Amino acid sequence: MKKAPYAVILFFALLCLLGVAVGEVPEVLQKATKVCLQCMGIG
Amino acid sequence: MKERLRRSIQAVSALLLNGYWSFPLSRTIYQGNLKMLCSPGLNCYSCPAATTACPLGAIQNLMATLRPSWEAARYHVGLYVLGWLGMIGGMVGRMPCGWVCPFGLLQDLLYKVPGRKVRLPDILSYGPYFFLAFGIFAAPALIIDEFGYGATWFCKLVCPAGTLEAGLPLLALQPALRAMVGYLFWIKLGILALFIACSILASRFFCRTTCPLGAIYSFFNHVSLFRLRYNPEKCTHCERCHHDCPMGIKVYESPNDRRCIRCLVCLRESCEFGAISYELGDLSSREDRGVARRG
Repeated sequence: MKKAPYAVILFFALLCLLGVAVGEVPEVLQKATKVCLQCMGIG
Repeated sequence: MKERLRRSIQAVSALLLNGYWSFPLSRTIYQGNLKMLCSPGLNCYSCPAATTACPLGAIQNLMATLRPSWEAARYHVGLYVLGWLGMIGGMVGRMPCGWVCPFGLLQDLLYKVPGRKVRLPDILSYGPYFFLAFGIFAAPALIIDEFGYGATWFCKLVCPAGTLEAGLPLLALQPALRAMVGYLFWIKLGILALFIACSILASRFFCRTTCPLGAIYSFFNHVSLFRLRYNPEKCTHCERCHHDCPMGIKVYESPNDRRCIRCLVCLRESCEFGAISYELGDLSSREDRGVARRG
């Protein structure tokens, strides 16, 4: 059985959980719910 | 028939990722909790209909606030977004580009416009890595103001999805924004027009030359759970897979090439000899199982 893909998925799942644990999700939400003037080419 | 399935999934994905259809009434962007989730494809979160966050925008924002974040002992470096992208990449590699990304769907449709078609030089395929390294990570983190804050430089200067999905609709919905339009908007509009024109001439032009999200997924093509398999004994070197590949890949030389978006055109539409199949972990597609039984 190939183990590399499962190891990769597990590693990044842990990274994702770590990001959740340090509070990155509210920051992603906060930025995504504001109009990004820079994305529009205005700001 | 088979390509119709992929087209349908692309369309459904585009509608789900842009599912906030009451934006003409609210005249602003969706601000609900779904935006905690990152879109698997390129979709600007300032698109009025967007229901999820753009992973590239999220990473740039986290890089742009890296210094203040560390000074405040918050250590936000994008683990959540990178972990999410890595899980997807580990499972299917660059497959979201071929089946889910709304901007990929747009490019596929633009390429159907009749006219002259051109082949792109291979050197341009390194462009996405340049934009990933500098536009997504280095510039937002290093080009900072006096307060230590950077900017989302890729979004600001390059991303055509932002201009198309956010700039134009929001300027239509919010007249007050029109007074803020300056030279940068017109430059971005020109960049958008350039990408649209090039996508008519060359398949998946943005994906092949610029997209940093595709660059991230490309790192996983060789190690993902879902992979293509090539059987040289069945290959007649007719080159039809190469001719039909939207990314210009010689599938018989590199079946899990970093550029491959796993659209499966090569195995579903092109190869008549069963030389290309796929595997998902230890499971293989019907063509390959046939070979195994006979072998």
